Amino acid sequence: MNEISLNHYLFVSCALFFIGVYGFLTRRNLITMLMAIELILNSININFIVFNKFLFPDKLDGLFFTIFIITIAAAEAAVAIAIIINLYRNYKTIDVEETNTMKF
Amino acid sequence: MDLFEAIFWFLTAMAIGSALGVILSRNPINSVLFLIATFFAISGHYILMNAQFLAIVNIIVYAGAIMVLFLFVIMLMNLNADVEPQKSRLVQFAGIISGGILFLLILAALRDMKAAGVIEKTATDIGLMKNLGKTLFQNYVFPFEISSVLFLSAMIGAMVIGKKETLVIDKN
Repeated sequence: MNEISLNHYLFVSCALFFIGVYGFLTRRNLITMLMAIELILNSININFIVFNKFLFPDKLDGLFFTIFIITIAAAEAAVAIAIIINLYRNYKTIDVEETNTMKF
Repeated sequence: MDLFEAIFWFLTAMAIGSALGVILSRNPINSVLFLIATFFAISGHYILMNAQFLAIVNIIVYAGAIMVLFLFVIMLMNLNADVEPQKSRLVQFAGIISGGILFLLILAALRDMKAAGVIEKTATDIGLMKNLGKTLFQNYVFPFEISSVLFLSAMIGAMVIGKKETLVIDKN
């Protein structure tokens, strides 16, 4: 417990965050982009828990922020998957480059 | 290197390697499976940080519910057969620039950060179910109820959006 400090956990969450950002920018599949968003949300969750544990170890605020982030992520995934299914029904693809009806 | 440290580095390698697998694998089903591995590693980190309830919730909600939904949709659309086309080299280069440069910048900032005033208390029982439930229903009742309203609206919205329409949008 003496060697692992706050910075180690921040390195982990930082790496996960930017892996998610790279995936969100470079994939064309809508479902994979949604998975990249989930990665980003999880890195934020690690940040909340780490700051709660190391800076305010007798409080619970970071844990509740994380619980509400998980809640919102579940709702967001449900709505996004409904949109993806509707998109697939109308266009027969979920490629973000192909669905450009509302682009201009 | 004691056991705690060994577990930390194992979970870190598992999380980052699985996250790279999510991004780099061509098949979306492999992406989902790698993402489940990432969630398990993150839950292990939560347990190391004394947040057991959150680790269990993370596994149940993410790996149990959301990822099953993703797998279901991927198999429904039959995306597992074909190989997904990639974006152009320019976009990939832009992604590496915008992700990687900012990553290096924040890493450099983190490396110089003095973790001043950090008090490490070990083996508290603050993250256990009893304290968590008490605080949730005393201080956080209003956000809890609001999140239930959010879930209701998300459920209704998903059903309305996902309903089969008779109107067919012309592709051009």
